[in-house]
Amino acid sequence: MHRGSALWIAALVHRLSGLALAIFLPLHFLALGLAIEGDARLESFLRWTDQPLVKFAEGGLVFLLAIHLLGGLRVLVIENFAWRDGQKQLATLAAAISAIIAFFFLARVL
Amino acid sequence: MTMRLYVWQRATAALMAPLVLVHIAVIFYATHNGMTAADILSRTHGSIMWASYYGLFVAAASIHAAIGVRNVLTEWSPLADRRAGSFAVGFGLLLVALGARAVFALVLS
Amino acid sequence: MLAELSVSLWRGGKEGRYETYRVPQRASQTVLDVVTFVQRHIDPTLSYRFACRVGVCGSCAMTVNGKPRWTCRTHVAKVAGSGRLEIGPLENLPVIKDLTTDMQPFFEKWQKAQGVFAPSKTRHEEIEQIRPDSAARRLADAAIECINCGVCYAACDTVRWNEDYFGPAALTRAWTLVNDERDAGGTARLQAVAGAGGCHSCHSHQSCQELCPQALNPTAAIAGLKRRTTAAYLKGEIKA
Repeated sequence: MHRGSALWIAALVHRLSGLALAIFLPLHFLALGLAIEGDARLESFLRWTDQPLVKFAEGGLVFLLAIHLLGGLRVLVIENFAWRDGQKQLATLAAAISAIIAFFFLARVL
Repeated sequence: MTMRLYVWQRATAALMAPLVLVHIAVIFYATHNGMTAADILSRTHGSIMWASYYGLFVAAASIHAAIGVRNVLTEWSPLADRRAGSFAVGFGLLLVALGARAVFALVLS
Repeated sequence: MLAELSVSLWRGGKEGRYETYRVPQRASQTVLDVVTFVQRHIDPTLSYRFACRVGVCGSCAMTVNGKPRWTCRTHVAKVAGSGRLEIGPLENLPVIKDLTTDMQPFFEKWQKAQGVFAPSKTRHEEIEQIRPDSAARRLADAAIECINCGVCYAACDTVRWNEDYFGPAALTRAWTLVNDERDAGGTARLQAVAGAGGCHSCHSHQSCQELCPQALNPTAAIAGLKRRTTAAYLKGEIKA
């Protein structure tokens, strides 16, 4: 089934991760904007994010950011450089790298 | 997608590649060291460097996300192109406004 | 005792349903053989297209177990896991009847992408010498063997999601002409593939490249068009 090919999945993941990040971004900006109300306000929010469940969600966001970046690089390379073979393997590698980055993030914060 | 949207989409993407890498490094640094709000704000307060870096990031991300959202809407939703475009512009403006406010919050407040 | 295949064929037009037939399995059988068997021995009202039967004309393309392919070049043994086949008309095209589709939209987009040679000389002028190993000719030759079978068009999700999108075949042909030194299409063709429905809608899913029976690479051709149009746009030769 051509819809299951690694590169088709790469494109879909790029789109879905972008949507997720687009939804997250306003919330992220609002959270940082708490600093307007003073250090204490931002501090209490940051401590709320110390919960393991929130940290897992943050790990998920780090994964989405990394994989969206790598998926974007896939497109930029195809569109601006000579055709290369081995793209399916590179796409799989990109997913693995993103997972590793997210894993290291979680390992450090949990 | 028009020529103009395509160029802006790809240009902001290319610009953000290094910006995202730095941001991931910042995320790692800030979260591992258990930084408090005071720790963070003392570093960002009055910093032209952070204001410039994140100001640029907000601008690029807002444009890139808006065009991306427009593409998704035109392809995956029943909205007509013009409606999708208007929604995307609104979303982009929202991001710029909230993002600028966040940068202001960290650097100037 | 011969094994039997359970074959579901689309019957009807846009509205319709899959009907199942039992077809004896044979050695070296192709999916086209199966469809032909149904029409000749079970239901003569079945409509389907074919011509050469040997993989050079592209007429017999249909959706086989979810993938668009040339049925004359698809061995049943390779695709009928557990003896089942589901065969439908090519996707992304209007269905005329059963397994036949209307290729008109496909060719209309070919025209819109200006996939048509624009002559620059008359018979009274010197014949232009085109070296086959020149960089431009290599690019054109790598993309020229399209026989308009529609498999890439049927496979493309962007075609499915965006009714304006010209599709891989039309854009690949435009690319060959962009690289044809004899062609006078110039910036007008670049403008045509840079507008709505043009090359920039491609997301590089690469279903086209994966499935093209001629081993063409529309993704690469479209990427080439993206580069040329961007350069032309930045130089002010074409408009947004």
